[in-house]
Amino acid sequence: MEVIDQKENRINALFKKNKKGLLSVYYTAGFPMRDDTVRIGKLLEASGADILEIGVPFSDPVADGSVIQASNKAALDNGMTLRLLLDQVSELRNRVKAPIILMGYFNPIFQFGVKAFCEAAAAAGVDGLIIPDLPLLEYQEMYKATFEANGLQNIFLISPTTSEERIRTIDSVSNGFIYAVSSSSTTGAKKDFSKDQRSYFERLQKMKLKNPLLIGFGISNREAFTAACKYSAGAIVGSAFISMLKKSDNMEEDIPEFVNALKNS
Amino acid sequence: MQVDERGYYGQFGGAFIPEMLYPNVEELRTTYRSIMERQSFKKEFDGLLKTFVGRPTPLYLASRLSEKYKAKVYLKREDLCHTGAHKVNNTVGQIILAKHLGKSKIIAETGAGQHGVATATVCALMGMECIVYMGKLDMERQKPNVERMKILGAAVIPSLSGSMTLKDATNEAMRHWISHPEDTHYIIGSVVGPHPYPDMVARFQSVISKEIRSQLTEEQGNPYPDYVIACVGGGSNAAGAFYHFVEEQHVNLIGVEAAGKGVDTGESAATTVLGKPGVLHGSKTLLMQTADGQVIEPYSISAGLDYPGIGPMHAHLFDVGRVRFLNATDEEAMNAGIALSRLEGIIPAIESAHAVAALDKLTFDTEDVVVINLSGRGDKDLETYIRWGKY
Repeated sequence: MEVIDQKENRINALFKKNKKGLLSVYYTAGFPMRDDTVRIGKLLEASGADILEIGVPFSDPVADGSVIQASNKAALDNGMTLRLLLDQVSELRNRVKAPIILMGYFNPIFQFGVKAFCEAAAAAGVDGLIIPDLPLLEYQEMYKATFEANGLQNIFLISPTTSEERIRTIDSVSNGFIYAVSSSSTTGAKKDFSKDQRSYFERLQKMKLKNPLLIGFGISNREAFTAACKYSAGAIVGSAFISMLKKSDNMEEDIPEFVNALKNS
Repeated sequence: MQVDERGYYGQFGGAFIPEMLYPNVEELRTTYRSIMERQSFKKEFDGLLKTFVGRPTPLYLASRLSEKYKAKVYLKREDLCHTGAHKVNNTVGQIILAKHLGKSKIIAETGAGQHGVATATVCALMGMECIVYMGKLDMERQKPNVERMKILGAAVIPSLSGSMTLKDATNEAMRHWISHPEDTHYIIGSVVGPHPYPDMVARFQSVISKEIRSQLTEEQGNPYPDYVIACVGGGSNAAGAFYHFVEEQHVNLIGVEAAGKGVDTGESAATTVLGKPGVLHGSKTLLMQTADGQVIEPYSISAGLDYPGIGPMHAHLFDVGRVRFLNATDEEAMNAGIALSRLEGIIPAIESAHAVAALDKLTFDTEDVVVINLSGRGDKDLETYIRWGKY
């Protein structure tokens, strides 16, 4: 196995090694049960997921559709807090090698204290953050230095309505990958990609950005995953995975089956 | 009261929105001031405020109330606006703005239903499609307003997430806007949300203090009251009533929040007492939340005041001490509403009754000129008055 430079961020190392077909799976910490976070992460990596994107539960997740909203609420009802989540991630980090990204809204991080949070996240082995309601300008002016000092990559979203100029700006500020939202929508399953979506992916491809792209939102099956991978380094699956977890009574079987159905031949 | 380049009032404000909303909010940010300056805009806005809304609203000297409190107490009669509250000042402004932006569909959130009704009203006026998000619980509590919106042709969609009240309706409206960015304008009903909404809504509501100034000048030869009192949920009527007095340091500005069952009972909406800086619905402001940053569901007998935050400009005015914040419990507000009905023949909205209740908490000189912004009428609250029963 390739020896990875200890100082190199796991996200960069992963994209250096694999240019195509990467699968990032989102799951909400503390769902379905409070202490499932570590178990699910381990099973995902063992099944072939390349990136673990762990959701920080929030009372008001405005960018999320109904499935992820419900999982956020269930996790909070289970007693999840950001501190507990960091403990769980710390334990998970000892069991997996995959990059770990935390996806969460700004307020819980702001209450924790951005600097204290970045230090705790780095110590727990987190590699990157997705904070959908932290705007680019705010990040650059107030928090970029703190993120970087702790080796955390901030992953930005772009959508079909993002202008080319702004995509270039986001590309120049990003380090890791860019999260391309597949359509103007919140998270959750949709039908197959439309013509418009495909031309948006092609437009992104032609821009030759310095950062790799992962496509997310509305990817729930093998067809969508394969189609997304055609235009990018890989794709992110969230709501479909949460829906499966909700129904599952045997994660040890269901998680490998879910991952296999998406990406493995 | 001026917002800075970056959309901040002191440490509060900003535009904390998902990237999917950036183009819409940016379009608004870069155009709202210039559109509002257009002659065609001003002409239509002023014309509709006059002939459709019924402005200027009277500044009424409440003599029996004055006698009781040993001061000169005026009521700014926003309750006489078409649709029954000040909310329509903002929806008239925003719908004309939406036309200038070339939008054909309107979405809105509503708590008590007053903003929803005001939005449905202007959509009917302009022939635009209207969708109003309302918490399922609020729909049950405010049935007449739900039917009013439907009569006006709006679709009312119940929000089933979270606590199923105003905060969740706002979440749903934002999600809808994320999914329909091209043809839809989101008419936010209060001085909350990402920049430029707080400033834009405050400007549309500022007609209230503009009129108070000219009406007082006519009455007494100068535009200055000693006190302006307004209730604060998100804070749109207060923003409008304070707007042209913020720079006049000798005018005491009093915001009245809903204490609910009491600020220490866990059932309250008094954000300046219970809140800490936080980020919700696109702006950094004072917010009721747990130590872990989860938003706390507020409580008030008045559906229009049970919001877990206040507009960022109010958070700032509180922070710098320019506005003094008081609070009134359910009981104090209901008593004040019934007292006003008996003394002046005006049944106020329960929101506005909170402002009236502040009279008991202040000490006046006999010469003091006090203006209470009577933001809405009590028709919508009859059921609450009846259930309260002590009249």
